[in-house]
Amino acid sequence: MPDPAWTYVLIFFVVALVVASLIAIVPGIFTKKRPTPEKLEPYECGVPPTSAMLGRFPVRFYLVAMLFVVFDVEAASFYPWAVRLRDLGGFGLLEMVAFIVVLGIGYAYVWKKGGFSWR
Amino acid sequence: MIALFWICALVAIASGIWTISSRQPVHSVVGLIVNFAALAVLFLTLNADFLAMMQIIIYAGAILVLFLFVIALLTIGAQPIEQGPGRLAFQAAPSVVAGLAALLVMSAGLRVAWSQSASAPVLDLGSVATFGQQLLTTHVFAFEVTAFILLIAIVGVILMAGRKELRF
Repeated sequence: MPDPAWTYVLIFFVVALVVASLIAIVPGIFTKKRPTPEKLEPYECGVPPTSAMLGRFPVRFYLVAMLFVVFDVEAASFYPWAVRLRDLGGFGLLEMVAFIVVLGIGYAYVWKKGGFSWR
Repeated sequence: MIALFWICALVAIASGIWTISSRQPVHSVVGLIVNFAALAVLFLTLNADFLAMMQIIIYAGAILVLFLFVIALLTIGAQPIEQGPGRLAFQAAPSVVAGLAALLVMSAGLRVAWSQSASAPVLDLGSVATFGQQLLTTHVFAFEVTAFILLIAIVGVILMAGRKELRF
């Protein structure tokens, strides 16, 4: 049986679903469709599209995504520690400092190798 | 409670089928997001609050972003995705064997879970507070090793993705 506090998450989820569905569906009901070639082309900041949609993506995007996953896991591991922060006391703090120092080495390595710069 | 389980189980199965059957890779990712959300609620019904949160934050949040990037990298050129992947040569037999093996493992697990002799799980083990307490006291070694595993992942990312793009 889930904690009753999750009910709030459920309410939030239902409200988000209803609002998003309304925004997506209602305009389609109350509008007349008068398509023109200009309206149907992909929107690219108001200028005519310059390139094909399915082009080559630089592999740097993938680098950013993989680093994001790694540091996301790192940030997520703070969560159970933060919940018990007061009870764990100084020892818990030291444990987390050791954790961060190890990952800080990795962070410095990525920085040194230019993983965070775009060029 | 049983109703919640059945709803989430059916949503998970339906979105799983949608994930593997849709032709557009992006549709598969959307199906997988729904699947992960249903799994998170299933974890909640098992009192595994921490696992549910990790399911949302890491899998639905980070891993699926990674999938989207993979799809962006896959669709090089204007090759129509609708053609679908080419058939693998020996696809059927290994998948049947793997499926049967998975069924065997699942049935064995279910038999243990339903047997009277199975010891009751520690109450409230899955809550975030209990998990954090256990992680940073009893299993602190595993916790610190996790930092080194993540460090290896970081170095691996730079070495693999940056082979030609970055200057060393």
